[in-house]
Amino acid sequence: MVTAAIKATAYCLNYASELGLHYGTTTYQERKAHPESPFLASLAGAVRPFDAICQYAPHLAYIGAIDTNALEALPRPHLDNPVAQAQRFGEFGEIMPEDEFLGLLDICDVFDLVWLEKGFAASVRPALESHPLLGPEQLKRLGQGREATAITEEVNQRHALPLYYHGAVVGCCRPGHDVDENLSAHVLLENLASKAGAVLALLHLIKNAGMKPDDIDFVVDCSEEAVGDINQRGGGNMAKAIAEIAGCGNASGFDLRAFCAAPVAAIITSASMVACGARKNVAVVSGGSIPKLYMNAREHVKKNVPPMENVLGCFALLLTPDDGTLPVIRLDALGKHTVAAGASPQAVTTALVWEPLQAAGLKFADVDKYAPELHDPEVTVPAGAGNVPEANFKMIAALAVMKGQGEKAAIPDFVRQHGVPGFAPTQGHIPSGVPFLGHAAKAISNGTMQRAMIIGKGSLFLGRLTNLADGASFMVEAPKPAQGSVSRQDVEAVILEVLGDLASRLKG
Amino acid sequence: MDLQNQQRVKDATEQYGAENTVVVLGASDAEGAGIYAETVTAGDPTFAGPLAGVSLGLPVYHILDPLLKAEADPAAWEEQISMMEMVMDGDALAASVAEMREKHGKNVL
Repeated sequence: MVTAAIKATAYCLNYASELGLHYGTTTYQERKAHPESPFLASLAGAVRPFDAICQYAPHLAYIGAIDTNALEALPRPHLDNPVAQAQRFGEFGEIMPEDEFLGLLDICDVFDLVWLEKGFAASVRPALESHPLLGPEQLKRLGQGREATAITEEVNQRHALPLYYHGAVVGCCRPGHDVDENLSAHVLLENLASKAGAVLALLHLIKNAGMKPDDIDFVVDCSEEAVGDINQRGGGNMAKAIAEIAGCGNASGFDLRAFCAAPVAAIITSASMVACGARKNVAVVSGGSIPKLYMNAREHVKKNVPPMENVLGCFALLLTPDDGTLPVIRLDALGKHTVAAGASPQAVTTALVWEPLQAAGLKFADVDKYAPELHDPEVTVPAGAGNVPEANFKMIAALAVMKGQGEKAAIPDFVRQHGVPGFAPTQGHIPSGVPFLGHAAKAISNGTMQRAMIIGKGSLFLGRLTNLADGASFMVEAPKPAQGSVSRQDVEAVILEVLGDLASRLKG
Repeated sequence: MDLQNQQRVKDATEQYGAENTVVVLGASDAEGAGIYAETVTAGDPTFAGPLAGVSLGLPVYHILDPLLKAEADPAAWEEQISMMEMVMDGDALAASVAEMREKHGKNVL
């Protein structure tokens, strides 16, 4: 069996409410069309503050402050039942407040695109200096800031986008080119935010792995943004830009995109590079997506539900050669949605769940937990999109019934036993199974889980080149103990046994 | 219903006529299905898309409506729909769509 190990995982959220209020797709388009929109006024009044974000149980599950079993046991709705103690840091990562995140944007900017106002830059510096993972390598990049008048001038005269904190302009993101829309301030702000989130996750990953930045050989980015210019939209290489800021001097990298299936595709690609010996320590990373912030807020505001799409989701995973002790990704039984597979849920579930189980000689019940799209239902249900993970678990259970491996009446039991509560922010690529990998790897290492299946799905029609469905899946499971080497004594014993047998035959 | 799909429905209706157009929904959420049905009958309730203020009154049905299942090829149904039939609440979905169709529809099958 071809495998690669999961050595460490990291999951972070960046609180980015004011970025969302101005530059999320929904809010940005509304502001352009209706600057005095009642919806925008209502949304601004309904924003949840940072402390409330750190008390929201699904977020705490994301950063590993609680596990998914604990999340399941907590009273719902989580929005009405905040965790008593706000937690910024969890076992896997952290929730970074917005002022620090704006400072991190400046740290991650190497083209003088982000200008912070002097007073704001001075106020955020101590917080970043006391951050446990930002070292001199990063902090030397934090500027002293600019005069407020200079920022106003950039915004009013040179198409820079204002950056806000507590409703006031505290900086701006400048365009990278006079006419190239691929380098507009808006596009660059999205790219920089994704880069900054991924840098933070990568720093947590390196700490969680007990390694040094120089130990990382290769970085694969699977975020949502297209990095490039008018001559090559989406040219890349976000991964290498992230590695540079994180101080991974020995790393190279590349980007992989496949809409929301990209993280799973990137993990399969990276695990394959590790398993064949091409790379040793490969980090799969992703920052978050500004466009998705407050994406469904119109419905939330209408229904008087707190708008919780205020965080950018980020993660980083470290894949290393299978040493017989760490949880492993199986590469002999991958889920692959082919061109001819079809787009119906039945066809997609068959390709991504049934076929890899068949390839591995396993039954549906042999997988302890399935992790498909793990959207937080308290965000999606009020938006009219239903409970996405629960719908996926029901589909897997129904397919098991069709394959003669369960009873229809037992579908709810299957969902309870093999499902995972949705806890991922609705950030497109983030929910697709990968947030569970940290919890799964931990449970496998603890011996409380044998196997999980991670399932990513993508909506390719969004790019207007094909109507095909897409997806990929893999299983992560307990390692097989390394086989010991054969000793000289073992060989001698076998030879003596064979010779003895031969001698007795000759005698006969 | 996203703006592109609203435009597709509008274009198809203009091209073939409302009397020759049927909308078949596959939504898994009853509330969402109701909103889609409202969009293609009364018009876009969010007033954001091409069907804002446009009451097409189209006959709209959920795929799990028994009326449509009776018309389907059983083999294709088994291959494409049967799994989701086990998962989705067909009665609630069909009822949610029927409510909008009966309230705002101008054509029925």
